[in-house]
Amino acid sequence: MMDLSSISPILLLASIMAASTPILLAAIGELVVERAGVLNLGVEGMMITGAICGFAFAVNTGSPALGFLAAALGGAALSLLFALLTQFALANQVASGLALTLFGLGLSALLGQGYVGIKPPPTTRLDIPVLSDIPFLGPVLFSHDAMVYIALALVAAVWAVLKYTRAGLILRAVGENHDAAHALGYKVVRVRVLAIAFGGGCAGLGGAYLSLVRVPQWTEGMTAGAGWIALALVVFASWKAGRVLLGAWLFGGVSVLQLNLQAAGVALPVEYLSMSPYLITILVLVIMSADRSRAPGSLTRIFHASQ
Amino acid sequence: MTAPLLAISGLTKAYPGVVANDDVSLNIAGGEVHALLGENGAGKSTLVKMIYGLVKPDSGTMTLHGAPFAPGEPRAARAAGVAMVFQHFSLFDALSVAENIALGMESPPPLRDLSRRIREVSETYGLPLDPHRTVGDLSAGERQRVEILRCLLQNPRLLIMDEPTSVLTPQEVAILFQTLRKLAAEGVSILYISHKLEEIRALCDRATILRQGRNVATCNPRETTARDMAQLMVGASLDVTARPARAPGATALDITGLSLNSPNRFGTSLKNLHFTLAEGEILGIGGVAGNGQDELLAALSGELRSAPGAVRLKGRPVGALGPAGRRRLGLLTAPEERLGHAAAPDMNLIENALMTGAERERLLARGFIRWPAAQDFAARIIARFDVRTPGPDTAARALSGGNLQKFVIGREVLQRPEVLVVNQPTWGVDAAAAVAIRQALLDLAADGAAILCISQDLDELMEIADRFGALNEGRLSDIRPTHALTLQEIGLMMGGAHGMEVAHA
Amino acid sequence: MRFILPEILRGSRPSGDGGSAPCPARESAPPMKLRVEKRPQPSRRWMYLSPLLAVLVTMLAGGALFAALGKNPVEAIATIFWEPLFGEFAFYYRPQLLVKGAPLVLIAIGLSLGFRAGVWNIGAEGQYIIGALSGAGVGLAFYPLDAWFIFPLMVIAGALGGLTWGMIPGLLRVRFGTNEILVSLMLVYVAEKLLAAMALGPMKNPEGMGFPGSRNLQQYPSAHNADLIADTGMHWGVVAALIAVIFTYILLGRHVLGYHIRLTGQAPRAARFAGVNPARLVLFCLGTSGALAGLAGMFEVSGPAGQVSIDFNVGYGFTAIIVAFLGRLHPFGIALAGLLMALTYIGGEIAQSNLGLPAAAIQMFQGMLLFFLLAVDLLTNYRLRLSPGPETA
Repeated sequence: MMDLSSISPILLLASIMAASTPILLAAIGELVVERAGVLNLGVEGMMITGAICGFAFAVNTGSPALGFLAAALGGAALSLLFALLTQFALANQVASGLALTLFGLGLSALLGQGYVGIKPPPTTRLDIPVLSDIPFLGPVLFSHDAMVYIALALVAAVWAVLKYTRAGLILRAVGENHDAAHALGYKVVRVRVLAIAFGGGCAGLGGAYLSLVRVPQWTEGMTAGAGWIALALVVFASWKAGRVLLGAWLFGGVSVLQLNLQAAGVALPVEYLSMSPYLITILVLVIMSADRSRAPGSLTRIFHASQ
Repeated sequence: MTAPLLAISGLTKAYPGVVANDDVSLNIAGGEVHALLGENGAGKSTLVKMIYGLVKPDSGTMTLHGAPFAPGEPRAARAAGVAMVFQHFSLFDALSVAENIALGMESPPPLRDLSRRIREVSETYGLPLDPHRTVGDLSAGERQRVEILRCLLQNPRLLIMDEPTSVLTPQEVAILFQTLRKLAAEGVSILYISHKLEEIRALCDRATILRQGRNVATCNPRETTARDMAQLMVGASLDVTARPARAPGATALDITGLSLNSPNRFGTSLKNLHFTLAEGEILGIGGVAGNGQDELLAALSGELRSAPGAVRLKGRPVGALGPAGRRRLGLLTAPEERLGHAAAPDMNLIENALMTGAERERLLARGFIRWPAAQDFAARIIARFDVRTPGPDTAARALSGGNLQKFVIGREVLQRPEVLVVNQPTWGVDAAAAVAIRQALLDLAADGAAILCISQDLDELMEIADRFGALNEGRLSDIRPTHALTLQEIGLMMGGAHGMEVAHA
Repeated sequence: MRFILPEILRGSRPSGDGGSAPCPARESAPPMKLRVEKRPQPSRRWMYLSPLLAVLVTMLAGGALFAALGKNPVEAIATIFWEPLFGEFAFYYRPQLLVKGAPLVLIAIGLSLGFRAGVWNIGAEGQYIIGALSGAGVGLAFYPLDAWFIFPLMVIAGALGGLTWGMIPGLLRVRFGTNEILVSLMLVYVAEKLLAAMALGPMKNPEGMGFPGSRNLQQYPSAHNADLIADTGMHWGVVAALIAVIFTYILLGRHVLGYHIRLTGQAPRAARFAGVNPARLVLFCLGTSGALAGLAGMFEVSGPAGQVSIDFNVGYGFTAIIVAFLGRLHPFGIALAGLLMALTYIGGEIAQSNLGLPAAAIQMFQGMLLFFLLAVDLLTNYRLRLSPGPETA
């Protein structure tokens, strides 16, 4: 029997904030990478590596904060392999990203062997005093764990850096036209490696959020395509930081909604409902690409300095 | 005698197989406009790269203001007061003018102050620029202004300009010269690289001529004839192309109301073009890069489709046909970009010959490739056009620019086209190859083909074209017979000065 | 997302040959510097050597990995590579090479055409599933009828199902410019959900006592993809793979369509100049790879796997990507690479049971193979030079 009234709007909206955090983190990291002109399809691999690194560290040290740190480092380390392949061995970016994902999935499965079924140390919810008592807005916006706020702060920071700082300008220049940037004396490879590492770290954090807070548990392949959705999110956002936030809420919303509908006993079989995030992603991609995309000019072109 | 600003002595630089600069010495005084003359491959670029710190000399010395000068990188050169405007701009299309300039500076001021300074300085020197405009929307001349401004804002003592007028109309050239003279009067020295003799005679105080890496002469261009300078540059009298007179025949190509949008975000759309091309004639279309040349070629090659009647080949509407269909009917084209467009860089010459020759040279049998026939075709092109290559199975990217261009043009010429359209046929090509290519075009026209030659090189068009028109922002000017045109008129056809004003006194 | 940006028209000058594009000198550098220099011609020697080198390096790295896991590296490598071919039970394992290799080769052949053209079909796993569902669906629909035409119909259904699933990203790319990587990938997840829905719902075996999964097709003679020669592992899927290899070889080397595919991948602007219709090419590549993946799925579900179940798909669609690259996108190379990859699967399983090597280690091993292949591939187009002094050419 379908009982839609069992869905609480407050809980729904609150859980959207939490549900969108993993892909928000991964997407904002990938946005920086793509603005620098590199397409890293290995987001899924980096996320799941972050998930296991974070989980393992948190369990072993008892501190979720250390777990998140380890996750960021793990994701960044994996992304450096990608940087090695694409910036130094000049390999095709698409194939390299896929290799990273396959490798990351295997690596995480291996590392995660002993951690199945274990509960991680809980991450505390920050109930911000006063603000979290506001009816409706309180629970929705102000009663989340630290990571949710960190993610939002990160989006704001990326936006500000890209728009207002010299470093952001240089990164955008490298992404627009790496030959011109090189001619002007900017270290294209260095900028890109740093951007790739940042993207890896963010993806790692996103993965760790899944295993430490959202689920919270470790299972093989637990990201279930979140990394790919993050990639789609960057396209959806037309490579603009602010729109990444909107997109993350949209996708987070869809996945949360379908879970709620499942729980409420909606007539559709569970499998069809759980297809919805992926179908929506396709729809969004189609809509965004029908409008002339403003991709960074050097995206996916291989940069080789000695001309 | 005042000490020179820049003194170069015995500069030498060798690469495997070629000596780019051989014991070159020259002096530039303060406030002097000094020309560096030479053909493609004479060593001008290498010399200038050494001055700018991009390349380290093997031996020799440089002094600037009397002090030893050996910049390890462009940054050091800039710090010492040397600025350079390259032939290929280092600009970011999607960013604004101010952002582009900021990227070219060491420690730029905050954007607001920078924008103000840009406005001031650009007005003073007659190169007005709006700092907030997106660079991709600017014309080639305006883009050059951004590059120049980038240099001026760093208060250089020596400004090096590499082939600056290739992107300017004659009127814009005059304005640029006013700006440069103003700078010289203020004490800035200018090193002006070019192969355009008349310009150098108009602008420069002294000229150094390079040939095969050596400084073969220093002269005062105002007192030397263009012919003498040309002789020094090339070392012998140049062959001039032989042009038999021929009355044009029936209309081969008829363009009516051709309009289309550029698929490129920063491209130029074509607006209502009308012209005809007769058998046996060469029509030259001039214009600075970025005014629709690529789009026009794509519209004629079939890469961009248009209304069927907009393009008529011998009366047949072909506007809706693709490249293969047009080739079948005899309309062939040769694009500007050799590697990546006219030829596939990693494929060998046989496969590249197959690329456009499949239809007319009958290289396919029911879809299957006749490799021996393709090899034969490639071999014929190589032999007939003197393409220097180890063999037809060499990759296209291994060929030099001139040889690849000979191959690309030769490939189309050997297919006996009714109409041939070429875009920048001798760009970046050594003098001998350029002469050979132009002669091939003339011979083809003499045999009855109709040729459309799109080129930025006005000298070339004056040499081979019967009639001339100019593309400006996607519009075509009136078409006039070449022999009756003056440089002033050509400049106006190319759109005049595009908003540049003369520098304030 | 336009990855392969239609570089038709760029209002600026072409760089490349003979232009005066500046390159900064290196600063005062250490005496010897490793330079990466583009070769004038792609090196033939390295085209063949790089996969071999990659395999060797992977063996070394894999050995190190196994040692880190506490297993004897030499024993582990030998178990994976030697045992299935020459060991005690090789007579059992060798046919398995064909069984596991056939779907990999079939899918990889289809993928290679697309990859050569710059069309990235990452959703082969989804097309595989849909092909299996289509084929099995047709077969189950006819149950319990016994007739000669059922199997051929299943084959056609499987191919069509995979083709359709592959055409979705194709049509979206052609019509809207949507990036096919993400669309085809999303469709994998959709296909997996669909598989689960079918296994638990419409295709569930009515005589299955409530267990999930369809009827077992191995027990339905008209629909069974049996070994053509008993116990050799050679079923119709293997035959299809062989035909695909030969057909693709001829296509790529002898036919103008193959030439156009190669041209589009190497120089898209030149391809358009040559008159290649990009839309038709994209649809051909995605349709073909979808059909081949669908066929692989269909042969698998009616043969070695036997039934439609939730865990029917084992990742062949993704492993085939590795196979395609390992085989350097060449049909014969893919045939060999497919067998090699099958070897690692089988050897891996043996190592799992004999040595207690975790299954995930094999997955990592396969990922490493692709990594090293991409890295070593550098040598085909570039030369590594140790040069004295801080110079750029």
